[in-house]
Amino acid sequence: MSNLKVSVAGVEFKNPIIPASGAFGYGREYEQFYPLSILGGISVKGTTLHRREGNPPPRVAETPSGMLNSVGLQNGGAEKFLNYELPNLATKDTRIIANIAGATVEECAQLAGMMNGTAVDMVELNISCPNVKHGGAAFGTNPVTAAEITAAVRKATDKPLMVKLSPNVTDITEIAKAVEAAGADAVSLINTLLGMRIDIKTGRPILKNNVGGLSGPAVFPIAVRMVWQVYNAVNIPIVGMGGIATAEDVIEMMMAGAKAVQIGAALFSDPFALVKIIEGLNEYCDANGIKNLADITGTVKPW
Amino acid sequence: MYTQGRYPIIKKSAIAKGVFDFTILCPEIAAAAQAGQFAQVAADGFFLRRPISICDIDKNKGTIRLVFEVRGKGTDKISQISCGDLIDIIAPLGNGFKKIEGGKAICIGGGIGTPPMVGIAKEYGENATAISGFRNSSIAILQDDFKAMGAKTILCTDDGSAGIHGFVTDALKNVLANENADIIYACGPMGMLKAIVDIAEENGIECQVSLEQRMGCGVGACLVCACRTVKDGKEIYSHVCKDGPVFDSKEVVFGE
Repeated sequence: MSNLKVSVAGVEFKNPIIPASGAFGYGREYEQFYPLSILGGISVKGTTLHRREGNPPPRVAETPSGMLNSVGLQNGGAEKFLNYELPNLATKDTRIIANIAGATVEECAQLAGMMNGTAVDMVELNISCPNVKHGGAAFGTNPVTAAEITAAVRKATDKPLMVKLSPNVTDITEIAKAVEAAGADAVSLINTLLGMRIDIKTGRPILKNNVGGLSGPAVFPIAVRMVWQVYNAVNIPIVGMGGIATAEDVIEMMMAGAKAVQIGAALFSDPFALVKIIEGLNEYCDANGIKNLADITGTVKPW
Repeated sequence: MYTQGRYPIIKKSAIAKGVFDFTILCPEIAAAAQAGQFAQVAADGFFLRRPISICDIDKNKGTIRLVFEVRGKGTDKISQISCGDLIDIIAPLGNGFKKIEGGKAICIGGGIGTPPMVGIAKEYGENATAISGFRNSSIAILQDDFKAMGAKTILCTDDGSAGIHGFVTDALKNVLANENADIIYACGPMGMLKAIVDIAEENGIECQVSLEQRMGCGVGACLVCACRTVKDGKEIYSHVCKDGPVFDSKEVVFGE
């Protein structure tokens, strides 16, 4: 049995497998299938200062090898997370990543500050949600505002800070460098790619929000490319995500430069995807004589 | 606990054009399942599962029945699974219908909303009235199932090609003019559900409706299958997969 442990910004994970924010709620549902303690960590549902109702339905559309969603950060708000979800998660023997989002810099800083002194292991600042009108991707598509919000949240929290980046930009390395300079301890990428489907019978978009975020295996090669580009541009650790569905995908993402990974949409096809991926990583390491999985990060040999 | 597995289809038939009836041998799912719950069914080559309501449960034989209509390429793929082959399902999911012991029920299905009425009507047997509505006789399904369980069986078609020429709401009003009911169950298009709920309220009868929405995870984590509901006097988005698919009619906000 090889060692699957990885470390990101000083936080040790028992393995690099983390369900992605928005795909896993706060763990209560998937715990009906398997214990949460098998996971490296959990990135919880994007949490805002106040309760959010989210966007009108339909909020999902299937695509070739993937899906669009336009949930719009529906969540119960920070107090509910801290008082109801976090105490439960803290008993599960896995790392807790608090994914936070806000409409203003002040709101994000306030949210991050609320995580101080709690069981949260790491704060993931979402500056890339494509489904909300204010905040979200508005911060993450410009290096100046991305740096500004990162600096404010960095000041407000004593937890390791990871900033989740949007792929809906011309050059993701510019944003990554900006948040690194502003004090981010890690970056996670990619959030979903903005997409659209139309029902040709009605002439209407399938999503009531008209557009939504594309995820699933369809986006995987884009995610690998962006992780590799960012790996070559910054010195802070990267958590890679976007379309991962198998252990081989995890290896590929790690070779591109990720220290750990997040997995979301794959769960909807197969609720046991995370269990199978962890088993697959052990098999891969055994078959290839890898003692420490962490050693493969960034080992791609580019032509 | 949710169960995911690959189970054999032991009986398969096409009961109308594009409507399939699968009997699946899955004892642990059958043991846990309640009328009104649903299964998330994998369609080979498609990313998302398809939610299909459980039509009937036979706990002795360890089987469930899924009756579904081919609506697109995914359900078409599912319809091609052969008898004897395995089908990948997660079930039982969501909340089932509430049963009133010793009560009388009216079970109303519109089109492909009819299948979940079989399981709940069976629990009432002769104390159930099953009202089903279809566009025409060629797609009028499951009427023999309702008759076999002893339910008073009323068929309505939009074009009068079978049963009563008219809507399920007309049939419901006629039934209520002559007899009482303790609860009404309904599944079908939103317009039909709204009209049934209005009649239930006028008559002071409890009503449960089963809703449909495009779904992702099916277990309550991803929050895509939102539906407008009222909780504690406030309108909120609930989720069909975990909070439903069966809702008390007073909770549902129609008209969106």
